[in-house]
Amino acid sequence: MTSTEGRAATISDPTTWVAQHGDALFRYALMKMRDPSQAEDMVQETFLAALKARHNFSGQSSEKTWLIGILKHKIIDHFRKHKREQSSDDIETLSEQLDQQFSPRGHWEITLTHWQDPDQAHENEAFWKVFSACIAHLPDRLADLFILREIKGLSSEEICKLLDISTTNNMWVMLSRARMRLRNCLDSRWFNHDNREVR
Amino acid sequence: MLSCKEVGELVSQGIDRKLSLREKIGLKMHLFICKTCSCYDKQLQFIARSARRLMQSNKTGQGIPPLSQMVGARINSTIKQQLDDEQQKRPE
Ligand SMILES: [Zn+2]
Repeated sequence: MTSTEGRAATISDPTTWVAQHGDALFRYALMKMRDPSQAEDMVQETFLAALKARHNFSGQSSEKTWLIGILKHKIIDHFRKHKREQSSDDIETLSEQLDQQFSPRGHWEITLTHWQDPDQAHENEAFWKVFSACIAHLPDRLADLFILREIKGLSSEEICKLLDISTTNNMWVMLSRARMRLRNCLDSRWFNHDNREVR
Repeated sequence: MLSCKEVGELVSQGIDRKLSLREKIGLKMHLFICKTCSCYDKQLQFIARSARRLMQSNKTGQGIPPLSQMVGARINSTIKQQLDDEQQKRPE
């Protein structure tokens, strides 16, 4: 369609956007964000950015595809900001802590206590609270990583792109840190309540 | 022979990727004789099962919820506000 003003005639009235596309954008964001409130923020930011840019909408793709494209950028920005704000210090400190669980020759320096019939915990609502709390206590980037990978089930490629992790190998090492930290947390907060959290 | 530290890493990576035959054999042998690592292995497998359960319940439980009405209304009014501001800036 051609228009003299250079304004594409195909964009719909912005006041109808939320009704038309709100759910689709929210669902898309929720697949990639840690929690609903973050996803809501992403949706709002997307609509506001789209509002400013609506005169550039070319109509080459559908309105929805165009909006999702903006949302994708917003999500990537979000994780970039996380990465900048949180220097890798937290993860490094954690790595050092976890390394102390092994002797220089790589033997365990701590004793692990067997978890008795752990799957029973799945039926206990209180367990899931502890589980979520333990994830939330990970350094932000590790929590993002664990959630995107293990709970949202995104592919490694997508996660590396979103979280700006250079190689899949790095991602695996980070996941291993996250799991070890989670193990310690569950051990002290749930399974062996009277064990002190390991160092 | 793999060290416990290396085994800990392999146990975790075994959740993420297919281990090579060599890695698998090394891991199995170590777990067979090392109580601590085999305990660690069981605990990480449990954590993986827990996460998978959460993923399932996210999928089936309530399905993915739509955008809440309240939030939708809030966003909508922000959009309207912006449009009004634009109108006012424009001459005529
Ligand atoms: Zn061992």
